[in-house]
Amino acid sequence: MGKVVVVTSGKGGVGKTTSTAALGAAVAKTGKRVALVDFDVGLRNLDLIMGAERRVVFDIVNVIQGTAKLSQALIRDKRLDTLFLLPASQTRDKDALTEEGVADVIDKLRSVFDYVFCDSPAGIERGAQLAMRFADEAVIVTNPEVSSVRDSDRIIGLLDSRTMKAEQGESIAKHVLVTRYDAARAARGEMLSIDDVLEILSTPLLGIIPESQDVLRASNVGAPVTLSENTNPAARAYIDAARRLEGEDLPVVLPFERRGLLDRLLGRRAA
Amino acid sequence: MNLLDIFKRRGSAPVARERLQLLLAYERRSRNQPDLVSVLREEIMAVIARHVQVDQDFLQVSMDHGETTSRLEIDIQIPNKIAMPMAAAF
Repeated sequence: MGKVVVVTSGKGGVGKTTSTAALGAAVAKTGKRVALVDFDVGLRNLDLIMGAERRVVFDIVNVIQGTAKLSQALIRDKRLDTLFLLPASQTRDKDALTEEGVADVIDKLRSVFDYVFCDSPAGIERGAQLAMRFADEAVIVTNPEVSSVRDSDRIIGLLDSRTMKAEQGESIAKHVLVTRYDAARAARGEMLSIDDVLEILSTPLLGIIPESQDVLRASNVGAPVTLSENTNPAARAYIDAARRLEGEDLPVVLPFERRGLLDRLLGRRAA
Repeated sequence: MNLLDIFKRRGSAPVARERLQLLLAYERRSRNQPDLVSVLREEIMAVIARHVQVDQDFLQVSMDHGETTSRLEIDIQIPNKIAMPMAAAF
């Protein structure tokens, strides 16, 4: 039986889709069979981040409504043959997903894959609640910024009350993934530190992804950052986070972007 | 501003942390409780409606949270034209 992991945050634009792609690809690289499921019906983007936007024929709504088989809708990654994508529908409205339908799809995926990553839409409404509903674990993507941390806290509350596991009296394993972290600014007291975020959310840390130009470059070319440039700090941080997700006990180190002398003189920051 | 201020200037992160801690402490407490303000609003409305006919829109209930105490504000507008059934009995 595979493990179902929801990647969620409450707030939009903090890096859920980027993180789903990066973590999923990193796990798939180790030989595990991984399915990425886009739950953002109406605003799908995981296909674009994965570089599979032109290969989408069927989507999760087709599978739930019975117009396509799951095997027809799953797109195999061109770079990794253990990595698959189940896209969201772009045209239908978000009410096209039903709880029974999602339960059925997740059950089938769970029986075939080692990991099922559910990319949640932003917000706390139906789509976000369905994405987390059948999860065993949750990755809460958080920026070191007040509104993101507040929304993460809200999402943690939902994970503890609205998921199947919570309703059955079990607890869902939760991990905080801090993205867009700027260690230099945090050191100067201009940005919430990792300790601040963890203390406020009282949830264990999965990893710290540094603010990095490579993340944007990866999305520009449609390749998860862990596949296209696995030597840069953001990719390394995602690979380490994926290993922790698989249960490895790796210490978390604060990432520092290496900057050349010219960058320092010109005051350039990683952006 | 003198030169010392540049060195003394603290970052804004401690302010962010304090604001979050205060806010979340409150939000977590109220998360699993029914919305007190709307419950009060409905019950107050029911009591008033027994004696005076007032439109829902003329009742404002709000709660301000201070450091140590909170203030519940109830503002009811009763149009003068409306006959008071109790008063009319006399």
